[in-house]
Amino acid sequence: MAETAVRVSKPRARPASMRPLAGSRFGRKVRRNLSAHGFLIGAVLCFAFFSWYPIVREIIMSFQRTRLGVTSWAGWRNYITIFHDPTFWLAWRNTLEFTVLALIIGYAVPFFVAILLNELRHARGYLRVLVYLPVMLPPASALLLFAYFYDPTYGLFNHVLQAVHLPASQWVQSSGTGVVSTAMISVVIAATWMNMGGATLIYLAALQNIPGELYEAAELDGAGMFKRIRHITVPQTKLILSMLLMLQVVATMQMFVEAFILTNGGSGTAVVSVVNLIYTYAFALSGASNYDSASALGVVLMLVLAVFSGGYLWLSRDRD
Amino acid sequence: MQPRTLISSAQLNRPRGRIIYRVILTLVIVIFTLVFIGPMYFLFSDGLKSTQEAVQVPPTIIPAHLHPATYVSAWSRVGIGRLLFNTLYYAFGALALQLVFDVAAAYALSKLRPVLGNVIFLLMLATLMIPSTVLVVPQYLTVASLPILHLNLIGTPAAIWLPSVANAFNIFLLKRFFDSIPRELIESASIDGARPLRILRSIVLPMSRPILGVVSIFAVVAVWKDFLWPLLVEDGYNPSRETLNVGIWQAVATTPQNLIIAASAIAALPTVVFFLIFQRNIMSGLTAGALKG
Repeated sequence: MAETAVRVSKPRARPASMRPLAGSRFGRKVRRNLSAHGFLIGAVLCFAFFSWYPIVREIIMSFQRTRLGVTSWAGWRNYITIFHDPTFWLAWRNTLEFTVLALIIGYAVPFFVAILLNELRHARGYLRVLVYLPVMLPPASALLLFAYFYDPTYGLFNHVLQAVHLPASQWVQSSGTGVVSTAMISVVIAATWMNMGGATLIYLAALQNIPGELYEAAELDGAGMFKRIRHITVPQTKLILSMLLMLQVVATMQMFVEAFILTNGGSGTAVVSVVNLIYTYAFALSGASNYDSASALGVVLMLVLAVFSGGYLWLSRDRD
Repeated sequence: MQPRTLISSAQLNRPRGRIIYRVILTLVIVIFTLVFIGPMYFLFSDGLKSTQEAVQVPPTIIPAHLHPATYVSAWSRVGIGRLLFNTLYYAFGALALQLVFDVAAAYALSKLRPVLGNVIFLLMLATLMIPSTVLVVPQYLTVASLPILHLNLIGTPAAIWLPSVANAFNIFLLKRFFDSIPRELIESASIDGARPLRILRSIVLPMSRPILGVVSIFAVVAVWKDFLWPLLVEDGYNPSRETLNVGIWQAVATTPQNLIIAASAIAALPTVVFFLIFQRNIMSGLTAGALKG
């Protein structure tokens, strides 16, 4: 409340409202606060209804059971139910697999693309527009296009594989259960194509902030290109790298639309993600909406994400 | 003058460096064009194919016979006009509400600093840690029956507009920008007798055009790209008010492949044009917002 003192001294320049009494100072403070809260009220109500209350409600609902309109406390039963659902573990495995793949492909690729683009002296604007263009597409457009490319019979990708004499693939429809399934890689490729532009642009901006003298000095010391990347580029962009790592993990763990559209409703369990499973529990089982299990699963995901985004906030606080 | 980067200009200007640079530049341009424009080419050209040609084996790279009529029937059969109108209606309604309420809130938190303002701001920032995807179920139930008011917003535009106001990131960006406006300006206006609303209108807003642009892009793009939430709250109600994303996805089951691709192309066109026109502002705004955020 450092400004209060400043504000209190104001009326001296405004004789009309000058009242040296303490009571009026209090009155003015109340009025100032009322008007400030008036500015806040719209956003605060929206947060209360659509953010704060649902968070609390999700936690409460995860310990409740509603049958035929009667709600009762269920203890940990909802959690036990979802832990016994084999799809729960499959969905987590898929989500983690998707996250790891998205980190390898969707996290590393933009960084190297940014390093490459930053070295080019020509066509920079053109290449930046290219990389960012897919980000602007409506996800349904981009994903339906990829679903068309991935089609095992008339899709373009199998045609290309055939042209270079490689075996055709079932892409998203493949049911392989190896360490890394083709279906999952297909989803990650589409997701990376759609989303890598944002990360690339952020890296590019970070690279442009690296002082050129550092490279100069390293070169004089005889450091080759890869040494310069390792000892200058990476440490100088470490903060952005770690922040985007957190953001990417949080974003990919919420993967929904990619699997949902590419597999036509997420019905194929090969790529079902945690959010797909929440959706299935709550809305897709016809006539048997199970909000209790969906809430319990939501709380589990909330906890996992909170760990990651807590780390992100902690890292970004370091910057100030 | 190119600032010094990983590789020095001197190195690039040597004869060998020049050749390698040319080769890499050409490769990058060709590969990037193929990877990023390639799919876009098929997005727009496959919609010109006939239904048979679209599912023909092997697929044709260039449509053998042009059927511009595919676009016309995609427009009418998928109802793109209506979907486009719905999406714009949601996006700009959300934008308007965010510009009013989030700007007002950020202004109050930054300049008016009411009692408990910092607590409210922290509670808002805390929601950044819990993405809305995780909260779909309780959010859906809340929108279906608002506590205290007992209103059912499902199927109304408010189901998208009002939750969009609870956008902590935009409030954060706005507040940080407002924080950088010198306090002396605000105080001298206040000494001249200007009320908070007047100060917001005549001093703060005119100085904040860059950040208002960034926040507006975030607001519109978020609604434009959202899928799960509009699928839950705006789908299958009468009058039907689906967004583009949801509407096209729903048409997949009942519409031939070439019409779906044509519909996807029509849906993509407005954003592509918008992006190409404003690409400089959009890209610099996004990196500025992200880097300082």
